[in-house]
Amino acid sequence: MTTTAPTTETKPETGRGMRFVGWASNYIDERTSISGLVRELGRKIFPDHWSFMLGEVALYSFIVILLSGTFLTFFFQASMVPVIYDGSYVPLKGIEMSVAMQSTLDISFDIRGGLLMRQVHHWAALLFVASIGLHMLRVFFTGAFRKPREINWVIGFVLFILAMAEGFTGYSLPDDLLSGNGLRIIDGMVKGVPIVGTWISYLLFGGEFPGFDIVGRLYVLHILLLPAILIAALGVHMVLLVINKHTQFAAPGRTNDNVVGVPIMPVFAAKAGGFFFIIFGVIVLIASLFQINPIWAYGPYDPSPVSAGTQPDWYIGFADGALRLVPPGWEVVIFGFTLSLNILIPLLVLPLFLAIVAFYPFLEGWITGDKREHHMADRPRNAPTRTAIGAAGVTFYAVLWAAASSDLIATHFKLTIEGVINALQALLFVAPVVAYFVAKRVCLALQKKDREIALHGFESGRIVRLPGGEYIEVHEQLDEYERWKLVSYTDYKPLMIRPDERGRITVRQRIRAGFSRWFFEDRIEPVKQTELEAGHGEHH
Amino acid sequence: MAKNKKATGRRHPLASVALLLIGLMASGGAYALFTSSATAETQAAQDALVEEGGKLFAANCATCHGMALQGTSQAPSLVGVGAAAVDFQVGTGRMPMAATGPQAEQKPPQFTEEQIAALAAYVASRGPGPSIPDEKYLQGDGDAAIGAELFRINCAMCHNVAGAGGALTEGKFAPPLTDVEAVYVYEAMLTGPQNMPVFNDHNISPEDKANIITYLKFLDEEPSVGGFGLGNLGPVSEGLFIWIFGLGAIVAITVWLTAKSN
Repeated sequence: MTTTAPTTETKPETGRGMRFVGWASNYIDERTSISGLVRELGRKIFPDHWSFMLGEVALYSFIVILLSGTFLTFFFQASMVPVIYDGSYVPLKGIEMSVAMQSTLDISFDIRGGLLMRQVHHWAALLFVASIGLHMLRVFFTGAFRKPREINWVIGFVLFILAMAEGFTGYSLPDDLLSGNGLRIIDGMVKGVPIVGTWISYLLFGGEFPGFDIVGRLYVLHILLLPAILIAALGVHMVLLVINKHTQFAAPGRTNDNVVGVPIMPVFAAKAGGFFFIIFGVIVLIASLFQINPIWAYGPYDPSPVSAGTQPDWYIGFADGALRLVPPGWEVVIFGFTLSLNILIPLLVLPLFLAIVAFYPFLEGWITGDKREHHMADRPRNAPTRTAIGAAGVTFYAVLWAAASSDLIATHFKLTIEGVINALQALLFVAPVVAYFVAKRVCLALQKKDREIALHGFESGRIVRLPGGEYIEVHEQLDEYERWKLVSYTDYKPLMIRPDERGRITVRQRIRAGFSRWFFEDRIEPVKQTELEAGHGEHH
Repeated sequence: MAKNKKATGRRHPLASVALLLIGLMASGGAYALFTSSATAETQAAQDALVEEGGKLFAANCATCHGMALQGTSQAPSLVGVGAAAVDFQVGTGRMPMAATGPQAEQKPPQFTEEQIAALAAYVASRGPGPSIPDEKYLQGDGDAAIGAELFRINCAMCHNVAGAGGALTEGKFAPPLTDVEAVYVYEAMLTGPQNMPVFNDHNISPEDKANIITYLKFLDEEPSVGGFGLGNLGPVSEGLFIWIFGLGAIVAITVWLTAKSN
């Protein structure tokens, strides 16, 4: 059930324009029965909260990427055939490069609006992945992935991976020095896989690196295969969003069974349309003012030079950082074959980290044993253990991310690069633990504060002397609406170990109970009605 | 004009010859006189320069580099480093060092140009070494494309493709090359200061050094294509920018859009 503000009935207009609109809508509806869809979709309710718009930011930047990318496909040539550059950029004149690089330079220097489109495409891509990341964090910390939205979380995760894959394949297309160095790292990682690595590398690059095939292959992935899968997954993501309805924060009148907000048609659609143009505008503003990926400075790819400060785009940074943090000498020689643990361990740890992210809703669901549907978004403080886990994960990721720029940290803060790496190696293990405990304690403290405020109100600082001579400080009570926000959240208790029907306690149950205890041992109970009533009597 | 009048004085038939002789004698004599004295003066000036350089060296450099340039446990020998090395190290303020550290840091020069020239002359007089480069290689009129390619192959791994600098081991670093004077770029290649390798004339010819200088001048003078360069640090500064300013601006907009009107 959805609740909306009552709409006022308006008299149908009888002007010529309205008659035409009426006739046209009727014409289309009689042939497509679209009114049912419009009724369903048009009445979908969106609650108003800034953090609920982050997914929209991702969607709109994706549309910007599609538009600018289509422009670029008209001029980009995905070929690695060597040519001699003879375009406008003087310091590359007469230099041998691939057609891919040449056409990218032509887009940048010789095609009207080409450089702006390239920069719009690249900045929008960075914003796309960044907004997906922030959107995921919002969903995670508000518990919006819980039943019935677990599947949509996984689809969203797939979209995140696809966005990174799109980004990386796009970064590799211009065949400049930076992208070639990135591909060389991928080649090295693939070759680090025992037995099959070299074969896969030859298969991928069509021979010895760099070969003449990779740009063409990545281009097919970048503009055909990955976008097709991405758009399909995006479609499912949106359909599930409509089916599952939107979550909302606790407020008066909002329950687990309704959604309070504005319907898509007409207000939200207008707002969203405006928001799309705002996002578009911000991207174009950034793209017109700030240079991104100046391939003319990097020059054409040549396996011999590697520039200082070579980094991938930010969203691949965590993987680059993982490689940088491996201590030297992690190699084992077995029967004359070198086992590159320095590559294999990051190759195992990173997918494990991503897998935990992808399957977190199921893990938490199993630990809590909660099979109920949840449509109310948690305030992060009201799920202290989840928030702490999230904080630890964010910190782990952030350390890996920082490690990708270890050399720039060293030069800009006048440190030794070894010192930076060693500090980050330690932080990779220590910082998530610290973040976990700090976040958990902060959440519990905030809950206690909320409880205190709900029960006793704010200290007003006004001291009143009673007729009997007693001094009291007047506490200002919250009104019902404000208090509701503080006291309404689901309370969990650790699961009890219960014997099953055959009277046994299985190991699985013990493990689950252990996890459940870890999750809910430290908790602040929501204020009960009786407590509230008891609290109201004494205004001190 | 009287034809029969006896020609005397300046109208004498031999007058022009005499004049010519006098002129030649005077100019030749003066030339001989002046050139001999000029050589003597240059030599004297050079000696004075070396002498002054010696005093400056003894007062400012000898503590670490030794009175006879032989070097000590604190600093290397300067025999044979040449005038180019002195001009680079002292001219960019790297020498004298303010403090011992991973490497000598650039700072405002301690000496005037004359004093630097004196020091360079003194050090050059104590052993043959690379001299200060000829002006013709420093004009930035070479081939920027060849220079750029040489830069990518030889320099970019430490100095970054855009010359933005980069990290080396143990706190050492390759400094940014933006707005560095051509003569110092040339001298650095020639003498290999700090941790930089030497690129001698067999390795990179003087013409190619001039090409590299041309490319660096191009980078300095060319307006940044496509907008502000964000320090030319590549994807790290781009990523930070999109998170802080891009997404920051957009989050601010979302907060504004969903704010309740009072």
